[in-house]
Parts: sequence; C-alpha cells; structure tokens
Amino acid sequence: MSEPILTLSGVHADIDQYHILHGVDLQVPRGELTVLLGRNGAGKSTTMRTIMGLTRLRRGEVRFNGESIGGLPTPEIARRGIAFVPENMGIFALLSVRENMELAANSGPIDESRLEWIFRLFPPLKRFWNRSAGNLSGGQKQMLAIARAIIEPRELLLVDEPTKGLAPAIISDLVGAFEELKAQQATILLVEQNFNFSRRLGKSVAVMDDGRIVYTGQMADLAEDDDLQKELLGLSLGAHA
Amino acid sequence: MSAQYEMLDREVAQGFRQRFSQFREHRPHLFLLALMVIVPLFFMDLVTWVTLTVSGLAMGLMLFIMASGMTLTFGLMSVLNLGHGAFISLGAFSGATVIVFWMGDLAGSGSLGATMLALLAAFVFAMAVAGSLGLLFERFVIRPVYGDHLKQILVTVGGAIIIMELIHVIWGPNEIPVPRPNLLRGAVILDDAVPLIGGVAVETYRLAAVLLGLLVYAVMSWVIDRTKAGILIRAGVESTEMVEVMGYRIKLLFLGVFIAGSALAGLGGAMWSMYQEIITAHMGETLMISVIVVIILGGLGSIKGCFYGAILVGLINLYVGYLAPVFAAIATVGLMVAILMWRPQGLIPVIKV
Repeated sequence: MSEPILTLSGVHADIDQYHILHGVDLQVPRGELTVLLGRNGAGKSTTMRTIMGLTRLRRGEVRFNGESIGGLPTPEIARRGIAFVPENMGIFALLSVRENMELAANSGPIDESRLEWIFRLFPPLKRFWNRSAGNLSGGQKQMLAIARAIIEPRELLLVDEPTKGLAPAIISDLVGAFEELKAQQATILLVEQNFNFSRRLGKSVAVMDDGRIVYTGQMADLAEDDDLQKELLGLSLGAHA
Repeated sequence: MSAQYEMLDREVAQGFRQRFSQFREHRPHLFLLALMVIVPLFFMDLVTWVTLTVSGLAMGLMLFIMASGMTLTFGLMSVLNLGHGAFISLGAFSGATVIVFWMGDLAGSGSLGATMLALLAAFVFAMAVAGSLGLLFERFVIRPVYGDHLKQILVTVGGAIIIMELIHVIWGPNEIPVPRPNLLRGAVILDDAVPLIGGVAVETYRLAAVLLGLLVYAVMSWVIDRTKAGILIRAGVESTEMVEVMGYRIKLLFLGVFIAGSALAGLGGAMWSMYQEIITAHMGETLMISVIVVIILGGLGSIKGCFYGAILVGLINLYVGYLAPVFAAIATVGLMVAILMWRPQGLIPVIKV
C-alpha cells in the first residue's frame, strides 16, 4: 500500500449538541480512489466536512501530506490542495457556468488546455458556458461541481455522493470521468451509497457505522464477499450489480 | 368574415395579456417602475411631472448609494447593521467640513474647475472617514457577534449612538447649514419653445445628484458583474461556505465589502447634506427608515433590487408629497407593504443556499 496522503486518527466531531463522529481512523492512499461506504447517518458526510474544516474537530487528528490540518480554517485547508464536492453540489445558481469555473480556479486565470480537457469530459459545460448555472439539469450541475474541483490540479478530491438522484445514463458519464481521473493518478475519497458505481471505481474501501470506521480493505475483497457486505451494509452488492 | 376578425382580435388580445403577465412576473422591477411613473401622469400636468420625476430620481439614487452597502453586508454575512445610519451622518459632517470650512472659497467661487475640486475633495474625504470607521466598526463591533441577529441589533445600535455622540463632540450639538456650491444653486429651466415640457425647472443640484448616482450605479454594476471580486461577492451572497471551500477567506471579503459599504454611506450622506442644506447628527438615523425599506423591498442582498427599490421610494415620496401631502409620511412604508404582499421575497430576491 502506498503512503497515505490523508490520515484521520481518533477524530471526534459534533453537529450542534449531537456527537456524530466517535473516533474515526481512516487512511487515504496517494494516487488511488478510496470509497467510503456506510448506511444513512453513519457519519460519512460529517467525516468529509470535518476534513474540510466545515464541521469543527472536537478531538483527534487530521494529517494531510504529513502536516496536521485539524482546526485550520477551511480556505487554508483548500489552499493546501484539497477540493471538495459536497452532497448538495454547492453550485452558485445565480452565477454563470463560466463564473463558477473562474472562482474555482483560485490561483489565477483558467488554464485553457485543462479547460479543453474538462470540456471533453463534460461536453454540456461548453454548450452552457455563459448560461446561468441554476438552469442546468441535475446531472449537468454535478458535472459542473466536479469540473470546478478539478479545474486546477489538486492533491486530493473529496466527493460526496455524486450519483445521488441522477439518471443511469448520467451516472455512466460520471464513471467515465472518474476513470479518466484515476488514470491520471488522482487521489480521490468518494462517499457513495450507489454500490455498483463505487465497486466499478474504488480500489480501497472503508465502511462506516455509527460514527466509526468498521472495516477497511480492498474493494475487490469486499465485492466478492456477500456475507461481509450483509454484515457491514445490511445488503449485498451482488444484488445491485 | 367578421367572425374571423373577432377570433383574430381575441387571439391578439390573449397574446398581449400573456406577454404582459410574463413581463410582470419576470421583470417586476421594470413593471413597477413603469407603473410608478405612468400613473401620476393622469393626475398632473407634464411640466410638474418632469420636475417631480427628476427630483424623485435624485432622492432615490442618493438612497441607493446609502443603502447599497447595507444590503450587501446583510446578503453576504447575514449581518444586520442598524448602525449604518451613523456612517451616513458621519459622511455628511465630513463632507460639510470640506465644502463649508476647508474649501468654502473654492465652492463659492463659481468656477467649474474649483467647484469640481471642492466637491471631489468633500466626497473623497467623506468616503475615507466613513470607510476608515467602517474598518474599526467591523473589527470591534460586528465581528464578535457574527451569526447572532439579536446581539447584532443591540451592539450596532449602541455603536451608532457612540458615533453620533462623537459627532456632537467634534462638530458641536447644533445643526450645521451646508450651502450648495454656487454653481449648483438655482435651477436648469427649459426654454418655453421646447414642445410639451417647455418651462420645466429642475434644480441643478438634483440633476447633478442624478448623474452622480447613475455613475456610482454603473461603476458598482461593473465591479459586481465583471470583476473577480464582484463574482466572489455574488457567490458569497449565495453560499459563504462554498466560497471558503474554494479557498477564499470570506471574512476578508466581508471586511472589504463592509468598508466599501460604509464609504458609500458616507458618500450618500455628503450628497444628502447639500440636498437638504442642513445637517444634524441624527440625520442618518432618520434616513435609516427609508434605507431599510429600500433593502427589504429590493430583495435583501441584491444590488439591482436595491437600485430599483430606492428609485421607487424616491419617486413615491415626491409624487405623493405633491398629490396628497397628508399621506407623504406613510407613502414609503405603504409601498413596502404593497410590494411585500405581492412578492414577499422582494423585487429581485437572491437565493441563499
């Protein structure tokens, strides 16, 4: 296993008066796509938000590239090379697609060749470049959300449930985009509920339950073990293939 | 044949009604503005209407300049700054200091160059003083109470009282007369030979205020629509969290907007001082009612909404003041109630994620 780019050790976090994360231990290997699975309410999104500094870290440590980033302000964490696509996509609906992308390119003007590559991955973005992002369809919004995260090279992408509410045709477009990112050795931590989607993409997998990591291993091993799936997730991946 | 024509008429009428209702729903600000300027035409002669409309525009544009900062600070960080009026007063006193005491000779000289210089100096000084105090106000009064509206109301009202008392300490407790520069006194009178509106007299200062107001709106629209800072502000009004996720420090952006908003309040105050020709430390407090109405009916956080809201408030003040003076005092609030009953989210609402 390659050296982890991100390490969470004993992470505790609260939302209001509720204690959500109860000591999360997680390692994200460099250059791989890691999937974080778990039932609703297991704490997957809170884990992502805690890494980004959006939910306050109460106890424990978050290390990125060997340095502690727990407790840093969100913009500082982002500037260190972590991009985050939240569950609600976080599109600026009143801004145009172009303006959304310009903001995402926070170190300067957009690199034209990288933009062309993104247009090849997500052609609708080119078509609606000057249109208001609020008028895009759900799938196009998700494309924009991912495109914003990769408009500049980042060391780590955190993507929270990208397939939520999307039609199967759009999901297969997203699979293609993630495959291409994987081929470029991008490091991705993906939260998913769509097991078929995550099985096709993930190399490593971690499963959460009740605010803790209850399983870590290789996706291929989990995908073949129906009993383990039932034990960890309450259902079988095979049934959804 | 006639039945065919009737059907055609009905289709044309239906198409017109459809387009009209689309216009009303999609461009509520333009619909209301058109309604506001057309209806009074039935109750007054054209010459009076032109005079009142230009005056209403002048008042509206000054209100816009004062209110624009407040709507952005609310839109961006949900900060209710009820002390905003103090910056209006401070701008008025700072501007008056330049135009009356420091550069009185230039302002009174009647030369265009000297008048422009005195006005520019007064406006820049008013913006600098209000903007600098805005910096301190944000840092020490607003920042400790982010996210708590009740505390914001209490501390900003308290802060405003301190600023108003400081004005009393520096400039004394009495009201100060602020004569307009010689060149801006009097009125521009159209020649009688001009068809329909010959003989219209519009105060020179009001005309100048309209031009300056439009210039400020044009510059502000350019900044908001075309620059990266403007994109960031619009994005921040939608979601502060995502702006931070993209690596931008929202508090720094907010500080910049707060300083600019305070400076604009100062500019509006300085313009208002010469409009009223007399200033008191409490003038900003009095104007806050109109400012709050403007930002609510425009749609909180929307610069464009604030612009149209301010013009509507300016116009209704002048029209009602002329047609039914007894209702002048309630016209502004009445307008707000009517608009909110139609569109509770304001004229041009901003989506907050």
